[in-house]
Amino acid sequence: MSKAILVLEDGRTFTGESYGAPGETFGEAVFATGMTGYQETITDPSYHRQVVVQTAPHIGNTGVNDEDAESRQIWVAGYVVRDPARRASNWRAVRSLDDELVAQGVVGISGIDTRALTRHLRERGAMRCGISSSDLDAAALRERVLASPLMIGADLSAEVSTTEPYTVDAIGEHRFSVAAVDFGIKTMTPHRMAERGITSHVLPSTASADEVQASGADAVFLANGPGDPATADHAVATVQELLRRGLPIFGICFGNQILGRAFGFGTYKLGYGHRGINQPVQDRATGRVEITAHNHGFAVDAPLDRVSDTEFGVVEVSHVCLNDNVVEGLRAKDARAFSVQYHPEAAAGPHDAAYLFDRFRDLLEGSA
Amino acid sequence: MPRRTDIEHILVIGSGPIVIGQACEFDYSGTQACRVLRSEGFRVSLVNSNPATIMTDPEFADATYIEPLTPEFVEKVIAVERPDALLPTLGGQTALNLAVSLHEAGVLEKYGVELIGADIEAIQRGEDRQRFKEIVRTVGGDVPDSRVCHTLDEAVEFAATVGNNVVIRPSFTMGGLGSGMATDADEVRTMVARGLAASPVHEVLVEESVFGWKEFELELMRDRNDNVVVVCSIENLDPMGVHTGDSVTVAPAMTLTDREYQHMRDIGIAVLREVGVDTGGCNIQFAVDPKTGRLIVIEMNPRVSRSSALASKATGFPIAKIAAKLAVGYTLDEIPNDITRKTPAAFEPALDYVVVKVPRFAFEKFPGADPVLTTHMKSVGEAMSIGRNFTEALGKALRSMETRAAGFWTEPDEPMDKDALLAKAAVPTDGRLYTVEQALRAGATVDEVAAATGIDPWFVDQIALVAGIGASVREAPTLDADLLRIAKRHGISDRQIAALRPELAGEDAVRLLRHRLGIRPVFKTVDTCAAEFAATTPYHYSTYDDETEVAPQRERSKVIILGSGPNRIGQGIEFDYSCVHAVMALREAGFETVMINCNPETVSTDYDTSDRLYFEPLTFEDVLEVVHAEQESGTVAGVICTLGGQTPLGLAQRLKDAGVPLLGTQPEAIDLAEHRGAFGRVLAAAGLPAPKHGTATSFAEAKRVADSIGYPVLVRPSYVLGGRGMEIVYDEQHLSDYIRRATEITPDHPVLVDRFLDDAVEIDVDALYDGTDLYLGGVMEHIEEAGIHSGDSACALPPITLGASDIATVRASTLALASGIGVRGLMNVQYALAGDVLYVLEANPRASRTVPFVSKATAVPLAKAAARIAAGSTIAELRVEGLLPATGDGGDLPDSAPIAVKEAVLPFHRFRTPGGDQVDSILGPEMKSTGEVMGFAATFGTAFAKSQAAAYGSLPVKGTVFVSIANRDKRAVIFPVKRLSDLGFRVLATVGTAQVLRRNGVEVEVVGKFSDGPGNIVERILAGEVDIVLNTPWGNAGPRIDGYEI
Ligand SMILES: Nc1ncnc2c1ncn2[C@@H]1O[C@H](COP(=O)(O)OP(=O)(O)O)[C@@H](O)[C@H]1O
Ligand SMILES: Nc1ncnc2c1ncn2[C@@H]1O[C@H](COP(=O)(O)OP(=O)(O)O)[C@@H](O)[C@H]1O
Ligand SMILES: [Mg+2]
Ligand SMILES: [Mg+2]
Repeated sequence: MSKAILVLEDGRTFTGESYGAPGETFGEAVFATGMTGYQETITDPSYHRQVVVQTAPHIGNTGVNDEDAESRQIWVAGYVVRDPARRASNWRAVRSLDDELVAQGVVGISGIDTRALTRHLRERGAMRCGISSSDLDAAALRERVLASPLMIGADLSAEVSTTEPYTVDAIGEHRFSVAAVDFGIKTMTPHRMAERGITSHVLPSTASADEVQASGADAVFLANGPGDPATADHAVATVQELLRRGLPIFGICFGNQILGRAFGFGTYKLGYGHRGINQPVQDRATGRVEITAHNHGFAVDAPLDRVSDTEFGVVEVSHVCLNDNVVEGLRAKDARAFSVQYHPEAAAGPHDAAYLFDRFRDLLEGSA
Repeated sequence: MPRRTDIEHILVIGSGPIVIGQACEFDYSGTQACRVLRSEGFRVSLVNSNPATIMTDPEFADATYIEPLTPEFVEKVIAVERPDALLPTLGGQTALNLAVSLHEAGVLEKYGVELIGADIEAIQRGEDRQRFKEIVRTVGGDVPDSRVCHTLDEAVEFAATVGNNVVIRPSFTMGGLGSGMATDADEVRTMVARGLAASPVHEVLVEESVFGWKEFELELMRDRNDNVVVVCSIENLDPMGVHTGDSVTVAPAMTLTDREYQHMRDIGIAVLREVGVDTGGCNIQFAVDPKTGRLIVIEMNPRVSRSSALASKATGFPIAKIAAKLAVGYTLDEIPNDITRKTPAAFEPALDYVVVKVPRFAFEKFPGADPVLTTHMKSVGEAMSIGRNFTEALGKALRSMETRAAGFWTEPDEPMDKDALLAKAAVPTDGRLYTVEQALRAGATVDEVAAATGIDPWFVDQIALVAGIGASVREAPTLDADLLRIAKRHGISDRQIAALRPELAGEDAVRLLRHRLGIRPVFKTVDTCAAEFAATTPYHYSTYDDETEVAPQRERSKVIILGSGPNRIGQGIEFDYSCVHAVMALREAGFETVMINCNPETVSTDYDTSDRLYFEPLTFEDVLEVVHAEQESGTVAGVICTLGGQTPLGLAQRLKDAGVPLLGTQPEAIDLAEHRGAFGRVLAAAGLPAPKHGTATSFAEAKRVADSIGYPVLVRPSYVLGGRGMEIVYDEQHLSDYIRRATEITPDHPVLVDRFLDDAVEIDVDALYDGTDLYLGGVMEHIEEAGIHSGDSACALPPITLGASDIATVRASTLALASGIGVRGLMNVQYALAGDVLYVLEANPRASRTVPFVSKATAVPLAKAAARIAAGSTIAELRVEGLLPATGDGGDLPDSAPIAVKEAVLPFHRFRTPGGDQVDSILGPEMKSTGEVMGFAATFGTAFAKSQAAAYGSLPVKGTVFVSIANRDKRAVIFPVKRLSDLGFRVLATVGTAQVLRRNGVEVEVVGKFSDGPGNIVERILAGEVDIVLNTPWGNAGPRIDGYEI
């Protein structure tokens, strides 16, 4: 096994073995605590430019199959695991994870104290890092880490978004169609719509309000995606225009941040983010707690203690994370728009929040 | 919703004696519940018949009743206490069934007691296997095809429809009692018959077998707002067909994709809601077809279960504690996660480590018992371990077992070729993973092993990984740091490495090398959240990684208490009781308490029992590393080895030699008591008589000794625990075949031959000694005569027939022994009173099995006192302080003192010979009981009756008694039998016995022996004609065979 090192921008260094493709990579080091769903995780476009540290020690046990990928490729900039599986075991597995990483040229490192790294990121916050199996000189690698781009101020949706529009048809009877703006959409999201008779016209992140309406959609869906929402001025302007035109809007994750900005709220970077599938979120209307999938490093800055008057009417914080009271959902009382910061499509993750897609369908039926 | 204010007084029901399938995990959950409810300001009343539990300590409830767990007695308690509510979900199946009967008997209604944490309807929906299956189907789940049967014919007919490949399971039993797997019509017959008998409602479920599928469990919790969380997923390494309690299990699940896991979660939650488990914990079992992924639901337990205890320890999420809070009205989001303190309990734990549980068996105790693992639980205990990967956790778990083999390669292979090994591994038995590893070494591929065993290839490959590392360690020219580090990262112990590298001359050399190379474990924290949030609770496990998390603590000096490891026959919850008490006492006395143990069922491994918990194997290597870590982080006053039974006692000498300070009785003293020769000298010096004895390494020698001291003799291997391998031998012929059977007799392992004291009264004593004063904790008089292991015989405290002079002799002898041995703390002595001579059978310079019983009976916390003495206090000081009574002790209780009777509970009904017959249920000098109950009353008669009711259900007071007695015992039974017949019992007896009885004016009907064919006693017993059997077999000739049958 050839050696590899991981160096954080503050200089902390971990030595382990090269995993996946050999070579060198840079990105923002973040940790994800899910104990299942690594295939969904690495193929989630929201992880673009991030080096993902898996806190679960055994990764790759069930290999890679042809159904569970959340997009056309692996997006993580680098992959950090403690004990990669030597062999895949699952009736759906077609390849080993290791082979898949090599095939897609994803550089990783294994055998390091991932818990120590996680605690470091928890205490010091997410930061840039580099992994290299080609140059084991930590000081030199750190220089290159410091030279690599920051996540703050990064405008990344264009890099992951589809360039050509495409359509995901409703399953069974077609009832509505939505224009899904692809800031980094996951496969499962249009699928959840399709299950409810909704056809999705997936549009590039650069779509204008006119292009959205031109798709003939009854409503707009704002997808998840990578990067700093503070940079997405074009998208924010588009959404404000769509709100003025009165189209129903549903947003997830990055989409929640865009809608939040459209309502006039700010966004900010969390210390180390929420990345896992065990996060308790409370629906403030019902008091019910749902266990949800998260993947966000930024959050919307909206008041919890009162509703806010906006150009589009009264907006309230509909959901909060019980761990840290971060805003997890917004709802415009009169404008027909709502969004959540987490992932009701839940791939990977629990299905507790699937009702939100029903809520969206009901909204389209005008019954909301 | 906050705490309910409409109830003030809650009755909690415990789970009674420790039996297979229901062990001290329910003391752990009950204790947590009581703690929580009282801290919430409720009045708590408690009923449990098991004195060895922490929950029955006075400080855990406002009113504690040590009474039989039968509807009659519990109703009495309800009548006196008049609780507002009953919480039945934390006392296992016993409490749940009891709640159901109390409800059906209208008792709850009569006294206006509300059932909380469960409702009868839900219990029935969950427990009635057929209704349960319908529920699963209604929520879109899948179940094995099956039918509920009340007659043999029904069952036979249905079984045929699924090819006679079925599992038979009685309703309302726990631990798979009476269940089994059949593959042909005959098996169906025998097993259904057995199942119907085992079911309290005479009902069995006959079910399509999914033998060989993957088995999983989910632990869920629900609150009254219908919030549901999955606390833990558990994967059974052994496939379907081996009871989860007997399977090696792993948390979290290792071989599921997220889609499969979430599907399981969805079904689990839907089932939970449909069943309507009101609030609290629940456990659901699933089977998955490894070829297609078809998921079926096996069963649900609508209560805290064995697995919930495991899940709590595995995740740091205290299920029982939270269940209790939910039961009184809180919702999950209102309860803080007490490990992070900042986040709520409404979440699902994320693990960044792997947990492995390995069951502990005791087949050696039940000659003839079928060791094949089935759907019917047979293990008597378990150990859990935590590692940063599966191999590390598995290695730790295997060496936590304290079986002869302590992990791979530590015992010589039994030479077999690949095919033989694969065939052997195909049959699930204790230690099958050793066979798997050997098969891989013998050239079997991972797929071959997986195919043969049904164990998932991923797990098999992990064992192949360990085998591979083993090979490199064996072959490497020199053992360098990298290789050593790899070995340690995969859970390979110093002892295993020593076994692979004989030239290193043993474990100590390996350790020194390792330390020289700077390879030492670090200690990580169980924090419920994979380090996402800071943890405030020091619940640690060792691993070979970079960064340790043991926080420095220099204010208070630390005492490290070694627990007793997995429950086994002879060493169970009683020892955990003493350890927990030591923690309480030393905490109070201002020490920082550190607990080391690997038994997930216990109170001692609850993270808020001690100041710091290390979930580690109790091996020399693992303990030494913890001690080192604690010395690095503060000052260690010392380690206590004398409370956890033989396990820590066996480590004392080596720890001391390694420079570890020990508190209390020192290894030298332990030696004096444990080594025959030395002990003989102690006795001689004190002028105390012991049974005549000698040692032998051959039959010739044994014969010479036996002849010189006279038969009967008691023979045993020189090093025994719980009376292992002890036998009473009545003549030369039996002596010779004992010697023949006795394995490994060598000059350094001779056989010990003692004069067997016939009709001797056995006396058990627990005492405290501080170097000056003796505190006689209690003098227990056994009901059975000497020859029945102290752990298996009933006993009374205070003694019922001993006179003041006897007690005076006991006191004097005990003092002489304590000072002669040099005890500092607790000592247990067994005496046999034969004629007027008080013989010393053995002295154990440690806390004993009877400490909790004595402490409860006399209301004196002996273990607490022992811990304080170990830490330097004197008995005089403790008397002043009030921990011990100001004057007097357990040896001079007033005549008015109430009488406590301890009765043992035996597991024979759980074992069968491969032929399906009962195993022999004869008691002897080898201990066989799994637990005990206590009967407490003003008079001996009532106390004894209570103890019997608690252990076996009430004794018959009329009916028919069958008597068949070996000649040597005939005189002894005359009077009891006469008494019985005077009481109106009808007496049946075998010819010989009948004669003797008639001559003594007892009216007897003669019946044939089993050997005599038709109309014999066995048939009449089967026909239910007989209420009591008095039978003492002799040798292993004809009568012994009758013995089995009867
Ligand atoms: N249909 C079946 N086919 C094969 N094995 C089964 C089947 N049902 C149960 N088992 C095995 O029997 C064990 C005990 O069954 P379970 O329903 O869990 O009863 P218990 O109440 O004793 O836990 C399970 O752990 C499983 O291994
Ligand atoms: N010499 C003896 N005569 C009669 N019974 C004996 C004698 N020695 C031991 N026993 C019986 O055997 C049991 C186990 O012996 P003991 O020495 O206590 O071994 P252990 O260490 O297993 O407790 C005792 O409880 C007692 O009933
Ligand atoms: Mg079960
Ligand atoms: Mg004994």
